[in-house]
Amino acid sequence: MPSTTDPRTRQDLSRAGESASSADSAHGGARDRAVPDRAVPDRPASNGRPARAGAPRGEGHDDATVRLLDADGVRRPEAAYDRWVEDVDDAALLRLYEDLAVVRRIDTEATALQRQGQLALWPPLLGQEAAQIGSARALRDDDFVFSSYREHAVAHARGVAPVDLLRVWRGAVGSGWNPHEARMAPMQVIIGAQSLQAVGYGVGILADAEREGRTGDTEVAVTYFGDGATSQGDVSEAFTFASTWSAPVVFFCQNNQWAISEPVSLQSKVPLVERARGFGMPGVRVDGNDVLAVLAVTREALHRARTGGGPTLIEAVTYRRGPHTTADDPTRYRTSAEIEHWEARDPVARVAAHLRGRGVLDDDVEARVQESADAVAAELRAGISQVEDPSWEAIFADVYAEPHHELAAERDAYARYLDGFAATGEDAR
Amino acid sequence: MTAEQMTLARGLNAGLRRALTDDEKVVLLGEDIGALGGVFRVTDGLQREFGPRRVMDTPLAESGILGTAIGLAYRGYRPVVEIQFDGFVYVAFDQIVSQVAKMRARTGGAVSMPLTIRIPVAGGIGAAEHHSESPEAYFVHTAGLRVVSVSNPQDAATVLRQAIASDDPVVFFEPKRLYHVKGPVELEDLDAARPMGAAHVVRPGRDVTVATWGSHVSTAIDAAEAMADDGASVEVIDLRSLSPWDSDTVVASVRRTGRLVVVQEGPRQAGVGAEICATVTERCFEHLQAPPVRVTGHDVPYPPAKLEGHHVPDLDRVCFGIDQALGRVPLDVPTARPEEVAA
Repeated sequence: MPSTTDPRTRQDLSRAGESASSADSAHGGARDRAVPDRAVPDRPASNGRPARAGAPRGEGHDDATVRLLDADGVRRPEAAYDRWVEDVDDAALLRLYEDLAVVRRIDTEATALQRQGQLALWPPLLGQEAAQIGSARALRDDDFVFSSYREHAVAHARGVAPVDLLRVWRGAVGSGWNPHEARMAPMQVIIGAQSLQAVGYGVGILADAEREGRTGDTEVAVTYFGDGATSQGDVSEAFTFASTWSAPVVFFCQNNQWAISEPVSLQSKVPLVERARGFGMPGVRVDGNDVLAVLAVTREALHRARTGGGPTLIEAVTYRRGPHTTADDPTRYRTSAEIEHWEARDPVARVAAHLRGRGVLDDDVEARVQESADAVAAELRAGISQVEDPSWEAIFADVYAEPHHELAAERDAYARYLDGFAATGEDAR
Repeated sequence: MTAEQMTLARGLNAGLRRALTDDEKVVLLGEDIGALGGVFRVTDGLQREFGPRRVMDTPLAESGILGTAIGLAYRGYRPVVEIQFDGFVYVAFDQIVSQVAKMRARTGGAVSMPLTIRIPVAGGIGAAEHHSESPEAYFVHTAGLRVVSVSNPQDAATVLRQAIASDDPVVFFEPKRLYHVKGPVELEDLDAARPMGAAHVVRPGRDVTVATWGSHVSTAIDAAEAMADDGASVEVIDLRSLSPWDSDTVVASVRRTGRLVVVQEGPRQAGVGAEICATVTERCFEHLQAPPVRVTGHDVPYPPAKLEGHHVPDLDRVCFGIDQALGRVPLDVPTARPEEVAA
């Protein structure tokens, strides 16, 4: 790889920088505000205009981006997707709003708990609530999720208790929940690795259905990953395997614009959703900050998977408003103007505005929702400090399913070592 | 059931067929394992017999094979994956080391990974680059995996069935040099068979212990024959399992013989042989009459086929190692001179 001091590289990078603007509009990015909403046609990435430095521009949504609620909460008809949310009445939408409020509150509390030393680390989901809740609430209980590490709202929707969301981040356990009970694998740190595992699970669903003579209404494996993960070989392999095997899989990509400090334009020259075509599967791009639209496109993809139609790639265009993790400093790589741009497209405020417009949400209801969210946070705070450090034996406990005498001997030798401290009256650990 | 003469490849095939018959959750995944029956014909006829849903040809992506096998295990299946050649397993390394091996510990025992990862291994067949690797040490070093290597058709059938039946992930090495070697095979009662983790003293002896596995078991037996003519009684141990490895059997032997030679085809540095020598030194220190000797491949990339005879331990090199352990020739441990180290 050429070094950045290589003049050719600088030249290449500068050219890449120019087209990055088009890539930004291609990715629903924040740097294209001069381009009016919906004004970017089916955006060939090479046709974008140069970005004006420091001047965030329009979201760059093209006509192909599914959106049912505008940023100001106005419901707009979308013939192809309205039918997927016909049953979502005001009450159902209010429940989704409550979900969003609660997971945002959990996230805020977790960040605070990390700052106060109760957690080792926390990857905030701030800004991605609608993408996660809208998709996770579309799932059936018997579907199975393979996620990345930021899908706290998905785990919440799968019934994982808030304190169990945090135990991993406290450093107490490897998984906060039993995957079979939650029907969700432990969060995945290796970028993209979970996508293949979802495909395998989907193949298992197919095999079960065939053996049992079931057709037409199978479970689905759903995998969550980010824009950065689309550069991983595993994700491309997962697309290939799922597509050629017609596995009942939904690939849910949250394009939150940033992979730590790397913009999505570094991962792809074209909109991520376009990758679907090359792999021979349908792709749909959705406004990831529109909980209703996310619900609609996910339901459609799930239906396709359940009925033998194979996998779908969903690109949910959203934004990671917080740091990558509490150890990150995003001020080093992005502007406050960009943050403000996305704050104006807040997924919680959007549905709140809609519900207020419908007369379903008023100050009293909002206060009640906030109160219940606060109660969840209080319970979380109380619960996390009660999570005890595991005993040292835990590190040896579940390495193997079957007896392993050599490891048992290692454990016993370590126990004798620790016993030595007890004999001398010193504190072992 | 009576034993039947068959090649090691057919022994594997028989073991797979039995496993597929016994447990409907056993599925096979790999490249070219269907109509072709695998490049070594190990899965010959199995797709025809059990169907494409149980014997699956996969797209050409080893990480994909392992990753999907993990998902199948989540779904309750017992996947047996074939990596076409040893050198192709590295692109699946993350899914094996970070995913398969750690899944049970990560989930506090809630999710087991009963995978069997079959890998044709080692050289000596004049193959192209990346087709003659001995990568066992990487996997032995990885907690959560079990690693075995077979040396004869009977073990091929039995140990493979044991690996598939195990609730732990097993990396199963098949020495390519032995695929066409014949021997008796009986589809044994697994409960009565020698445990997967147990070593086997294939030839008893008094003067020196040779511990090895896979294709070098037969080399060691040949060396023992040759040394017998030379007045030395050589005990040969087929380790069979490399992780965990049966140190009790080796230690008991070395306590009798006082001398150890380990033969491995993989590079010398931090190889499985180094672990064996270290443990034997720890546990047999006062019984050793000579330093343990390692006969290994060199610390080089696997050489082109015309040169592999200089890399793969052969009869002469094993005999030379035994002679060193017996003190018949000076111990020649590769040692850089101080002035070279300083340079």
